[in-house]
Amino acid sequence: MEKEIKISIRNLQKSFGKKQVLRGVDLDIRAGESLVVIGGSGTGKSVLIKCIQGLLTPDEGSIKIDGEETIGKNARHLRDLNARMGMLFQGGALFDSLSVWENVAFSLLENKKISRDKAKLEAVRVLRQVGLASDVADLSPSELSGGMQKRVGLARAVITRPEIILFDEPTTGLDPIMADVINDLIVESAKGLGATTLTITHDMASARKIADKVAMLYEGKIIWQGTVKEMDKTDNPYVCQFINGCAQGPIKMEF
Amino acid sequence: MMTRNFQNFLRALGKPLVLFIIRFGELVQFLVKTLYHCFAPPFYFKNFGRQLLDMGFYSLPVVGLTTIFAGMVIALQSYSGFARFGAESAVASVVFISVTRELAPVLSALMVAGRIGAAMAAEIGTMRVTEQIDALQTLSTNPFKYLVAPRVWSGLIVLPILVFLGDIIGIFGGYVVGVYKLGFNPANYINSTLENMEALDIISGLVKASVFGFIIALMGCYNGYRSKGGAQGVGEATTNAVVSASILILIFNYILTEVFFSK
Ligand SMILES: Nc1ncnc2c1ncn2[C@@H]1O[C@H](COP(=O)(O)OP(=O)(O)OP(=O)(O)O)[C@@H](O)[C@H]1O
Ligand SMILES: [Mg+2]
Repeated sequence: MEKEIKISIRNLQKSFGKKQVLRGVDLDIRAGESLVVIGGSGTGKSVLIKCIQGLLTPDEGSIKIDGEETIGKNARHLRDLNARMGMLFQGGALFDSLSVWENVAFSLLENKKISRDKAKLEAVRVLRQVGLASDVADLSPSELSGGMQKRVGLARAVITRPEIILFDEPTTGLDPIMADVINDLIVESAKGLGATTLTITHDMASARKIADKVAMLYEGKIIWQGTVKEMDKTDNPYVCQFINGCAQGPIKMEF
Repeated sequence: MMTRNFQNFLRALGKPLVLFIIRFGELVQFLVKTLYHCFAPPFYFKNFGRQLLDMGFYSLPVVGLTTIFAGMVIALQSYSGFARFGAESAVASVVFISVTRELAPVLSALMVAGRIGAAMAAEIGTMRVTEQIDALQTLSTNPFKYLVAPRVWSGLIVLPILVFLGDIIGIFGGYVVGVYKLGFNPANYINSTLENMEALDIISGLVKASVFGFIIALMGCYNGYRSKGGAQGVGEATTNAVVSASILILIFNYILTEVFFSK
Protein backbone atom coordinates (compact mmCIF):
# COMPACT_ATOMS: atom_id res chain seq x y z
CA MET A 1 0.00 0.00 0.00
CA GLU A 2 1.31 3.42 -0.90
CA LYS A 3 1.69 5.87 1.96
CA GLU A 4 0.45 9.46 1.73
CA ILE A 5 2.73 12.11 0.27
CA LYS A 6 4.83 13.90 2.89
CA ILE A 7 6.73 16.41 0.80
CA SER A 8 5.43 17.61 -2.52
CA ILE A 9 7.54 19.93 -4.65
CA ARG A 10 6.15 21.58 -7.77
CA ASN A 11 7.88 23.71 -10.38
CA LEU A 12 10.59 24.85 -7.97
CA GLN A 13 12.83 27.52 -9.47
CA LYS A 14 15.80 29.32 -8.01
CA SER A 15 18.40 31.59 -9.59
CA PHE A 16 21.41 33.39 -8.22
CA GLY A 17 21.81 36.56 -10.24
CA LYS A 18 21.76 35.46 -13.87
CA LYS A 19 22.60 31.88 -13.01
CA GLN A 20 19.53 29.61 -13.10
CA VAL A 21 20.18 26.73 -10.74
CA LEU A 22 16.78 25.06 -10.31
CA ARG A 23 14.55 25.28 -13.39
CA GLY A 24 11.33 23.66 -12.30
CA VAL A 25 11.88 20.72 -9.97
CA ASP A 26 8.91 18.37 -9.43
CA LEU A 27 9.33 15.76 -6.73
CA ASP A 28 7.12 13.80 -4.35
CA ILE A 29 8.37 12.03 -1.27
CA ARG A 30 6.04 9.65 0.56
CA ALA A 31 5.90 9.37 4.34
CA GLY A 32 8.55 7.00 5.68
CA GLU A 33 10.26 6.81 2.32
CA SER A 34 14.00 7.19 1.79
CA LEU A 35 14.69 9.19 -1.33
CA VAL A 36 18.18 9.60 -2.71
CA VAL A 37 18.97 12.50 -5.03
CA ILE A 38 21.95 12.03 -7.31
CA GLY A 39 23.42 14.45 -9.79
CA GLY A 40 26.64 16.06 -10.86
CA SER A 41 28.61 18.49 -8.79
CA GLY A 42 27.12 21.98 -8.88
CA THR A 43 23.73 20.97 -10.28
CA GLY A 44 21.89 22.45 -7.31
CA LYS A 45 21.32 19.51 -4.98
CA SER A 46 22.32 21.47 -1.90
CA VAL A 47 20.22 24.41 -3.08
CA LEU A 48 17.23 22.05 -3.38
CA ILE A 49 17.41 20.85 0.22
CA LYS A 50 18.05 24.35 1.49
CA CYS A 51 14.81 25.38 -0.18
CA ILE A 52 12.96 22.51 1.50
CA GLN A 53 14.49 23.42 4.85
CA GLY A 54 13.45 27.05 4.37
CA LEU A 55 16.99 28.47 4.34
CA LEU A 56 16.61 29.75 0.79
CA THR A 57 13.48 31.29 -0.65
CA PRO A 58 12.75 29.95 -4.12
CA ASP A 59 11.85 32.37 -6.91
CA GLU A 60 8.91 30.32 -8.05
CA GLY A 61 7.03 27.12 -7.26
CA SER A 62 5.59 25.39 -4.25
CA ILE A 63 6.77 23.09 -1.50
CA LYS A 64 4.03 21.40 0.51
CA ILE A 65 4.70 19.43 3.65
CA ASP A 66 1.78 17.30 4.84
CA GLY A 67 -0.27 19.12 2.23
CA GLU A 68 0.51 22.53 3.70
CA GLU A 69 2.31 25.20 1.69
CA THR A 70 5.58 26.24 3.36
CA ILE A 71 6.77 29.01 1.08
CA GLY A 72 6.02 32.56 2.10
CA LYS A 73 5.11 31.65 5.68
CA ASN A 74 6.14 33.84 8.62
CA ALA A 75 9.07 33.28 10.96
CA ARG A 76 7.09 31.47 13.66
CA HIS A 77 5.72 29.04 11.11
CA LEU A 78 9.20 28.39 9.82
CA ARG A 79 10.39 27.76 13.36
CA ASP A 80 7.71 25.14 13.95
CA LEU A 81 8.53 23.58 10.63
CA ASN A 82 12.23 23.46 11.46
CA ALA A 83 11.43 21.76 14.74
CA ARG A 84 10.02 18.83 12.76
CA MET A 85 13.04 18.60 10.46
CA GLY A 86 16.69 17.76 10.90
CA MET A 87 19.44 18.61 8.49
CA LEU A 88 23.01 17.48 7.99
CA PHE A 89 25.03 20.15 6.20
CA GLN A 90 27.51 19.22 3.52
CA GLY A 91 30.24 21.06 5.42
CA GLY A 92 29.13 19.97 8.87
CA ALA A 93 28.36 23.52 10.05
CA LEU A 94 29.19 22.71 13.66
CA PHE A 95 29.23 25.57 16.16
CA ASP A 96 32.87 26.10 16.95
CA SER A 97 32.15 28.04 20.13
CA LEU A 98 30.52 24.95 21.67
CA SER A 99 31.91 21.54 22.57
CA VAL A 100 31.01 18.45 20.56
CA TRP A 101 28.31 17.26 22.93
CA GLU A 102 26.81 20.76 23.25
CA ASN A 103 26.56 20.80 19.46
CA VAL A 104 24.77 17.47 19.39
CA ALA A 105 22.46 18.38 22.26
CA PHE A 106 21.79 21.93 21.02
CA SER A 107 18.05 21.47 20.49
CA LEU A 108 17.62 19.64 23.76
CA LEU A 109 19.38 22.42 25.67
CA GLU A 110 17.94 25.46 23.91
CA ASN A 111 14.47 24.40 22.82
CA LYS A 112 13.40 21.57 25.09
CA LYS A 113 15.11 22.94 28.20
CA ILE A 114 16.36 19.54 29.29
CA SER A 115 18.91 19.61 32.12
CA ARG A 116 22.55 19.60 31.05
CA ASP A 117 23.30 16.23 32.65
CA LYS A 118 20.46 14.46 30.90
CA ALA A 119 21.18 16.20 27.61
CA LYS A 120 24.82 15.14 27.80
CA LEU A 121 23.88 11.50 28.43
CA GLU A 122 21.60 11.57 25.42
CA ALA A 123 24.25 13.26 23.26
CA VAL A 124 26.85 10.66 24.20
CA ARG A 125 24.38 7.89 23.36
CA VAL A 126 23.73 9.29 19.88
CA LEU A 127 27.44 9.94 19.35
CA ARG A 128 28.05 6.24 20.03
CA GLN A 129 25.47 5.38 17.36
CA VAL A 130 27.50 7.29 14.78
CA GLY A 131 30.66 5.50 15.85
CA LEU A 132 32.21 8.12 18.11
CA ALA A 133 33.52 7.20 21.56
CA SER A 134 32.42 9.19 24.59
CA ASP A 135 35.83 10.82 24.98
CA VAL A 136 35.23 13.08 21.98
CA ALA A 137 32.19 14.61 23.70
CA ASP A 138 34.18 17.28 25.50
CA LEU A 139 36.46 18.19 22.60
CA SER A 140 35.90 21.22 20.42
CA PRO A 141 34.73 20.52 16.83
CA SER A 142 37.97 21.95 15.42
CA GLU A 143 39.89 19.16 17.14
CA LEU A 144 38.09 16.49 15.10
CA SER A 145 38.91 15.10 11.66
CA GLY A 146 36.63 15.97 8.74
CA GLY A 147 34.86 12.61 8.83
CA MET A 148 34.34 12.85 12.58
CA GLN A 149 32.84 16.34 12.18
CA LYS A 150 30.45 14.96 9.61
CA ARG A 151 29.29 12.30 12.04
CA VAL A 152 28.80 14.88 14.78
CA GLY A 153 26.65 16.86 12.34
CA LEU A 154 24.69 13.70 11.68
CA ALA A 155 24.18 13.10 15.39
CA ARG A 156 22.93 16.67 15.79
CA ALA A 157 20.44 16.18 12.95
CA VAL A 158 18.89 12.99 14.32
CA ILE A 159 18.94 13.52 18.09
CA THR A 160 15.43 14.98 18.28
CA ARG A 161 14.06 12.19 16.06
CA PRO A 162 12.53 14.57 13.53
CA GLU A 163 9.83 13.48 11.08
CA ILE A 164 11.87 14.63 8.12
CA ILE A 165 15.64 14.38 7.85
CA LEU A 166 17.72 15.91 5.07
CA PHE A 167 21.22 14.53 4.60
CA ASP A 168 23.65 16.43 2.38
CA GLU A 169 26.36 13.94 1.40
CA PRO A 170 26.48 12.00 4.67
CA THR A 171 29.19 9.55 3.62
CA THR A 172 31.54 11.83 1.68
CA GLY A 173 34.95 11.81 3.30
CA LEU A 174 34.37 8.66 5.34
CA ASP A 175 36.21 5.37 4.98
CA PRO A 176 34.11 2.54 3.45
CA ILE A 177 33.47 0.81 6.75
CA MET A 178 32.35 3.96 8.53
CA ALA A 179 30.29 4.88 5.48
CA ASP A 180 28.41 1.62 5.93
CA VAL A 181 27.81 2.36 9.61
CA ILE A 182 26.28 5.67 8.57
CA ASN A 183 24.19 3.96 5.88
CA ASP A 184 22.82 1.64 8.55
CA LEU A 185 22.01 4.60 10.74
CA ILE A 186 20.12 6.32 7.95
CA VAL A 187 18.21 3.15 7.14
CA GLU A 188 17.39 2.77 10.80
CA SER A 189 16.20 6.40 11.07
CA ALA A 190 13.88 5.80 8.19
CA LYS A 191 12.69 2.30 8.96
CA GLY A 192 13.07 2.27 12.75
CA LEU A 193 11.78 5.76 13.54
CA GLY A 194 9.54 6.15 10.54
CA ALA A 195 11.24 9.33 9.41
CA THR A 196 11.00 10.57 5.85
CA THR A 197 14.51 11.09 4.56
CA LEU A 198 16.06 12.84 1.61
CA THR A 199 19.71 12.03 1.04
CA ILE A 200 22.08 13.63 -1.42
CA THR A 201 25.00 11.47 -2.38
CA HIS A 202 27.61 10.76 -5.03
CA ASP A 203 28.33 7.40 -3.41
CA MET A 204 26.44 4.79 -5.43
CA ALA A 205 27.10 2.01 -2.92
CA SER A 206 25.45 4.14 -0.27
CA ALA A 207 22.57 5.05 -2.61
CA ARG A 208 21.87 1.36 -3.32
CA LYS A 209 21.80 0.58 0.37
CA ILE A 210 19.56 3.35 1.66
CA ALA A 211 17.31 4.29 -1.24
CA ASP A 212 13.68 3.29 -1.63
CA LYS A 213 13.72 5.58 -4.57
CA VAL A 214 16.36 7.44 -6.55
CA ALA A 215 15.91 10.73 -8.38
CA MET A 216 18.41 12.33 -10.69
CA LEU A 217 18.85 16.09 -10.91
CA TYR A 218 20.29 17.41 -14.15
CA GLU A 219 20.25 20.96 -15.52
CA GLY A 220 17.87 22.11 -12.82
CA LYS A 221 15.22 19.44 -13.30
CA ILE A 222 14.50 15.93 -12.09
CA ILE A 223 15.12 13.99 -15.29
CA TRP A 224 14.56 10.49 -13.96
CA GLN A 225 13.21 8.76 -10.86
CA GLY A 226 12.56 5.19 -9.85
CA THR A 227 13.59 2.38 -7.52
CA VAL A 228 17.12 1.01 -7.29
CA LYS A 229 16.10 -2.01 -9.41
CA GLU A 230 14.68 0.26 -12.07
CA MET A 231 17.87 2.32 -11.93
CA ASP A 232 19.97 -0.71 -12.80
CA LYS A 233 17.72 -1.64 -15.70
CA THR A 234 17.02 1.81 -17.11
CA ASP A 235 18.31 2.77 -20.52
CA ASN A 236 18.21 6.47 -19.69
CA PRO A 237 21.64 7.54 -20.98
CA TYR A 238 22.13 10.21 -18.32
CA VAL A 239 21.46 7.83 -15.45
CA CYS A 240 23.58 5.07 -17.01
CA GLN A 241 26.49 7.41 -17.44
CA PHE A 242 26.20 8.72 -13.90
CA ILE A 243 25.91 5.41 -12.07
CA ASN A 244 28.70 3.86 -14.10
CA GLY A 245 30.87 6.97 -13.83
CA CYS A 246 31.86 7.31 -17.48
CA ALA A 247 33.43 10.42 -18.93
CA GLN A 248 31.79 9.62 -22.25
CA GLY A 249 28.07 10.21 -22.63
CA PRO A 250 25.41 12.89 -22.90
CA ILE A 251 26.47 14.66 -19.68
CA LYS A 252 29.23 17.09 -20.58
CA MET A 253 31.48 18.33 -17.84
CA GLU A 254 32.29 22.00 -18.14
CA PHE A 255 35.91 22.70 -17.47
CA MET B 1 28.67 65.98 -27.00
CA MET B 2 27.74 68.00 -23.99
CA THR B 3 24.83 65.74 -23.12
CA ARG B 4 26.98 62.63 -23.57
CA ASN B 5 29.46 63.96 -21.03
CA PHE B 6 26.67 64.85 -18.71
CA GLN B 7 25.17 61.38 -19.05
CA ASN B 8 28.51 59.77 -18.29
CA PHE B 9 28.87 62.03 -15.30
CA LEU B 10 25.44 61.03 -14.02
CA ARG B 11 26.21 57.38 -14.66
CA ALA B 12 29.45 57.58 -12.71
CA LEU B 13 27.62 59.32 -9.90
CA GLY B 14 24.57 57.08 -10.09
CA LYS B 15 26.05 53.64 -9.49
CA PRO B 16 27.74 54.34 -6.17
CA LEU B 17 24.72 56.36 -5.12
CA VAL B 18 22.31 53.54 -5.86
CA LEU B 19 24.63 51.10 -4.09
CA PHE B 20 24.78 53.42 -1.12
CA ILE B 21 21.01 53.69 -0.94
CA ILE B 22 20.64 49.91 -1.15
CA ARG B 23 23.21 49.39 1.61
CA PHE B 24 21.52 52.02 3.74
CA GLY B 25 18.16 50.30 3.27
CA GLU B 26 19.69 46.97 4.27
CA LEU B 27 21.18 48.52 7.36
CA VAL B 28 17.86 50.05 8.40
CA GLN B 29 16.15 46.71 7.90
CA PHE B 30 18.82 45.04 10.01
CA LEU B 31 18.39 47.70 12.69
CA VAL B 32 14.63 47.24 12.87
CA LYS B 33 14.98 43.46 13.12
CA THR B 34 17.64 43.85 15.79
CA LEU B 35 15.50 46.17 17.89
CA TYR B 36 12.55 43.79 17.66
CA HIS B 37 14.58 40.75 18.67
CA CYS B 38 16.27 42.63 21.52
CA PHE B 39 12.90 42.85 23.27
CA ALA B 40 11.13 39.66 22.17
CA PRO B 41 11.87 36.51 24.21
CA PRO B 42 13.59 34.08 24.47
CA PHE B 43 16.79 35.70 25.73
CA TYR B 44 20.07 33.83 25.71
CA PHE B 45 21.59 34.90 29.02
CA LYS B 46 24.63 32.68 28.68
CA ASN B 47 25.64 34.34 25.42
CA PHE B 48 24.98 37.73 26.98
CA GLY B 49 27.26 36.83 29.89
CA ARG B 50 30.04 35.76 27.57
CA GLN B 51 29.77 39.06 25.69
CA LEU B 52 29.85 41.07 28.93
CA LEU B 53 33.09 39.35 29.86
CA ASP B 54 34.68 39.76 26.41
CA MET B 55 33.55 43.29 25.83
CA GLY B 56 33.81 44.60 29.37
CA PHE B 57 36.33 42.84 31.51
CA TYR B 58 38.91 42.11 28.84
CA SER B 59 38.67 45.67 27.45
CA LEU B 60 39.61 47.20 30.79
CA PRO B 61 43.39 47.31 30.20
CA VAL B 62 42.97 48.99 26.83
CA VAL B 63 40.50 51.55 28.13
CA GLY B 64 42.62 52.18 31.24
CA LEU B 65 45.76 52.84 29.22
CA THR B 66 43.93 55.05 26.74
CA THR B 67 42.25 57.23 29.32
CA ILE B 68 45.20 57.61 31.69
CA PHE B 69 47.38 58.95 28.89
CA ALA B 70 44.55 61.13 27.62
CA GLY B 71 44.17 62.68 31.09
CA MET B 72 47.90 63.17 31.45
CA VAL B 73 48.38 64.80 28.10
CA ILE B 74 45.43 67.13 28.52
CA ALA B 75 46.87 68.35 31.83
CA LEU B 76 50.19 69.06 30.18
CA GLN B 77 48.71 70.70 27.10
CA SER B 78 46.28 72.94 28.92
CA TYR B 79 48.96 74.04 31.38
CA SER B 80 51.36 75.15 28.66
CA GLY B 81 48.53 76.59 26.59
CA PHE B 82 46.88 78.49 29.42
CA ALA B 83 50.17 79.94 30.60
CA ARG B 84 49.75 82.45 27.74
CA PHE B 85 46.60 83.77 29.41
CA GLY B 86 47.84 83.37 32.94
CA ALA B 87 45.07 80.89 33.62
CA GLU B 88 47.03 77.86 34.76
CA SER B 89 44.65 77.40 37.66
CA ALA B 90 41.95 76.17 35.25
CA VAL B 91 43.92 72.99 34.52
CA ALA B 92 41.99 70.80 36.94
CA SER B 93 38.60 71.79 35.53
CA VAL B 94 39.77 71.47 31.96
CA VAL B 95 41.00 67.96 32.66
CA PHE B 96 37.70 67.05 34.29
CA ILE B 97 35.54 68.48 31.52
CA SER B 98 37.54 67.17 28.60
CA VAL B 99 37.97 63.70 30.03
CA THR B 100 34.35 63.16 31.06
CA ARG B 101 32.67 64.84 28.10
CA GLU B 102 34.92 63.86 25.24
CA LEU B 103 38.13 61.95 25.72
CA ALA B 104 36.99 59.00 27.80
CA PRO B 105 33.84 58.21 25.77
CA VAL B 106 35.25 58.84 22.31
CA LEU B 107 38.71 57.32 22.72
CA SER B 108 37.40 54.31 24.64
CA ALA B 109 34.71 53.72 22.04
CA LEU B 110 37.22 53.89 19.20
CA MET B 111 39.51 51.43 20.98
CA VAL B 112 36.63 49.06 21.74
CA ALA B 113 35.44 49.34 18.12
CA GLY B 114 38.86 48.13 17.01
CA ARG B 115 38.95 45.36 19.56
CA ILE B 116 35.37 44.13 19.83
CA GLY B 117 33.68 45.36 16.65
CA ALA B 118 36.32 43.54 14.63
CA ALA B 119 36.01 40.37 16.71
CA MET B 120 32.22 40.36 16.36
CA ALA B 121 32.35 40.79 12.60
CA ALA B 122 34.98 38.07 12.28
CA GLU B 123 33.10 35.60 14.48
CA ILE B 124 29.66 36.15 12.95
CA GLY B 125 31.16 36.38 9.46
CA THR B 126 32.87 33.02 9.91
CA MET B 127 29.63 31.55 11.19
CA ARG B 128 27.91 32.87 8.09
CA VAL B 129 30.35 31.48 5.54
CA THR B 130 30.62 28.09 7.29
CA GLU B 131 26.79 27.84 7.35
CA GLN B 132 26.63 27.89 11.15
CA ILE B 133 23.99 30.62 10.95
CA ASP B 134 21.90 28.42 8.66
CA ALA B 135 22.42 25.56 11.09
CA LEU B 136 21.08 27.70 13.95
CA GLN B 137 17.94 28.26 11.94
CA THR B 138 17.48 24.55 11.24
CA LEU B 139 17.67 24.00 15.00
CA SER B 140 14.73 26.39 15.47
CA THR B 141 16.94 29.10 16.93
CA ASN B 142 16.67 32.63 15.62
CA PRO B 143 20.17 33.95 14.84
CA PHE B 144 19.11 37.50 15.73
CA LYS B 145 18.07 36.39 19.19
CA TYR B 146 21.00 34.02 19.68
CA LEU B 147 23.81 36.12 18.23
CA VAL B 148 22.82 39.74 17.67
CA ALA B 149 20.64 40.65 20.67
CA PRO B 150 23.17 39.53 23.34
CA ARG B 151 25.91 41.54 21.66
CA VAL B 152 23.79 44.67 21.30
CA TRP B 153 22.62 44.55 24.91
CA SER B 154 26.15 44.01 26.06
CA GLY B 155 27.34 47.00 24.02
CA LEU B 156 24.64 49.24 25.49
CA ILE B 157 25.48 48.28 29.06
CA VAL B 158 29.21 47.67 29.05
CA LEU B 159 30.46 50.83 27.38
CA PRO B 160 29.05 53.26 29.98
CA ILE B 161 30.64 51.16 32.75
CA LEU B 162 33.97 51.15 30.95
CA VAL B 163 33.75 54.88 30.33
CA PHE B 164 32.87 55.62 33.94
CA LEU B 165 35.99 53.75 35.04
CA GLY B 166 37.86 55.56 32.25
CA ASP B 167 36.67 58.92 33.66
CA ILE B 168 38.17 58.09 37.04
CA ILE B 169 41.42 56.81 35.56
CA GLY B 170 41.75 59.79 33.20
CA ILE B 171 41.16 62.35 35.94
CA PHE B 172 43.68 60.52 38.05
CA GLY B 173 46.16 60.76 35.17
CA GLY B 174 45.61 64.52 35.03
CA TYR B 175 46.10 64.74 38.77
CA VAL B 176 49.39 62.85 38.64
CA VAL B 177 50.80 65.17 35.99
CA GLY B 178 49.34 68.25 37.68
CA VAL B 179 50.83 67.46 41.07
CA TYR B 180 54.09 65.66 40.32
CA LYS B 181 55.14 67.46 37.17
CA LEU B 182 53.47 70.86 37.17
CA GLY B 183 53.78 71.35 40.89
CA PHE B 184 50.16 72.01 41.87
CA ASN B 185 49.26 71.60 45.49
CA PRO B 186 47.38 68.27 45.77
CA ALA B 187 44.63 69.66 48.00
CA ASN B 188 44.10 72.68 45.73
CA TYR B 189 43.99 70.49 42.64
CA ILE B 190 41.37 68.19 44.15
CA ASN B 191 39.36 71.14 45.45
CA SER B 192 39.21 72.89 42.12
CA THR B 193 38.21 69.63 40.46
CA LEU B 194 35.38 69.10 42.93
CA GLU B 195 34.21 72.72 42.93
CA ASN B 196 33.63 72.89 39.18
CA MET B 197 32.32 69.40 38.78
CA GLU B 198 28.90 69.04 37.14
CA ALA B 199 26.77 65.93 36.89
CA LEU B 200 25.83 66.70 33.29
CA ASP B 201 29.47 66.38 32.22
CA ILE B 202 29.59 62.80 33.45
CA ILE B 203 26.06 61.85 32.43
CA SER B 204 26.42 63.15 28.88
CA GLY B 205 29.61 61.13 28.54
CA LEU B 206 27.89 57.96 29.74
CA VAL B 207 24.91 58.44 27.41
CA LYS B 208 27.34 58.91 24.55
CA ALA B 209 29.12 55.74 25.61
CA SER B 210 25.91 53.77 25.51
CA VAL B 211 25.09 54.99 22.02
CA PHE B 212 28.64 54.20 20.88
CA GLY B 213 28.37 50.70 22.36
CA PHE B 214 25.19 50.15 20.39
CA ILE B 215 26.87 51.39 17.20
CA ILE B 216 29.89 49.11 17.71
CA ALA B 217 27.76 46.00 18.25
CA LEU B 218 25.35 46.85 15.45
CA MET B 219 28.08 47.43 12.87
CA GLY B 220 30.01 44.36 14.00
CA CYS B 221 26.95 42.13 13.72
CA TYR B 222 25.64 43.71 10.52
CA ASN B 223 28.89 43.40 8.62
CA GLY B 224 29.50 39.89 9.89
CA TYR B 225 25.97 38.79 9.10
CA ARG B 226 26.04 39.89 5.49
CA SER B 227 29.55 38.66 4.71
CA LYS B 228 30.01 36.09 2.01
CA GLY B 229 32.69 34.32 0.06
CA GLY B 230 35.10 32.70 2.50
CA ALA B 231 38.12 34.15 4.28
CA GLN B 232 38.36 37.19 2.04
CA GLY B 233 34.74 38.12 2.70
CA VAL B 234 35.23 37.79 6.43
CA GLY B 235 38.32 40.00 6.24
CA GLU B 236 36.37 42.64 4.38
CA ALA B 237 33.54 42.45 6.90
CA THR B 238 36.01 43.00 9.73
CA THR B 239 37.52 46.07 8.12
CA ASN B 240 34.10 47.50 7.26
CA ALA B 241 32.85 46.93 10.79
CA VAL B 242 35.71 48.91 12.34
CA VAL B 243 35.74 51.72 9.79
CA SER B 244 31.97 52.23 9.71
CA ALA B 245 31.68 52.06 13.50
CA SER B 246 34.49 54.59 13.95
CA ILE B 247 32.98 57.05 11.50
CA LEU B 248 29.52 56.70 13.01
CA ILE B 249 30.98 57.21 16.48
CA LEU B 250 32.55 60.51 15.41
CA ILE B 251 29.35 61.66 13.70
CA PHE B 252 27.11 60.76 16.62
CA ASN B 253 29.58 62.31 19.02
CA TYR B 254 28.95 65.64 17.34
CA ILE B 255 25.19 65.16 17.20
CA LEU B 256 24.94 64.19 20.87
CA THR B 257 27.14 67.10 21.90
CA GLU B 258 24.72 69.41 20.10
CA VAL B 259 21.82 67.80 21.90
CA PHE B 260 23.40 68.15 25.33
CA PHE B 261 25.29 71.42 25.24
CA SER B 262 24.09 73.80 22.55
CA LYS B 263 21.52 76.08 24.00
N1 LIG C 1 24.36 31.39 -1.92
C1 LIG C 1 24.67 31.25 -3.24
N2 LIG C 1 24.95 32.33 -3.97
C2 LIG C 1 25.26 32.22 -5.27
N3 LIG C 1 25.32 31.08 -5.93
C3 LIG C 1 25.06 29.95 -5.27
C4 LIG C 1 24.73 29.97 -3.88
N4 LIG C 1 24.53 28.71 -3.47
C5 LIG C 1 24.72 27.94 -4.56
N5 LIG C 1 25.04 28.67 -5.64
C6 LIG C 1 25.30 28.17 -6.99
O1 LIG C 1 24.34 27.19 -7.27
C7 LIG C 1 24.92 26.09 -7.93
C8 LIG C 1 24.53 24.80 -7.27
O2 LIG C 1 25.13 24.73 -6.00
P1 LIG C 1 24.92 23.51 -5.02
O3 LIG C 1 25.72 23.80 -3.80
O4 LIG C 1 23.48 23.23 -4.84
O5 LIG C 1 25.59 22.32 -5.83
P2 LIG C 1 25.53 20.78 -5.46
O6 LIG C 1 24.66 20.12 -6.46
O7 LIG C 1 25.22 20.59 -4.04
O8 LIG C 1 27.04 20.35 -5.75
P3 LIG C 1 27.99 19.38 -4.88
O9 LIG C 1 27.63 18.01 -5.28
O10 LIG C 1 29.37 19.74 -5.36
O11 LIG C 1 27.75 19.68 -3.46
C9 LIG C 1 26.42 26.33 -7.96
O12 LIG C 1 26.79 26.61 -9.27
C10 LIG C 1 26.66 27.51 -7.09
O13 LIG C 1 27.57 28.36 -7.70
MG1 LIG D 1 26.16 20.19 -2.38
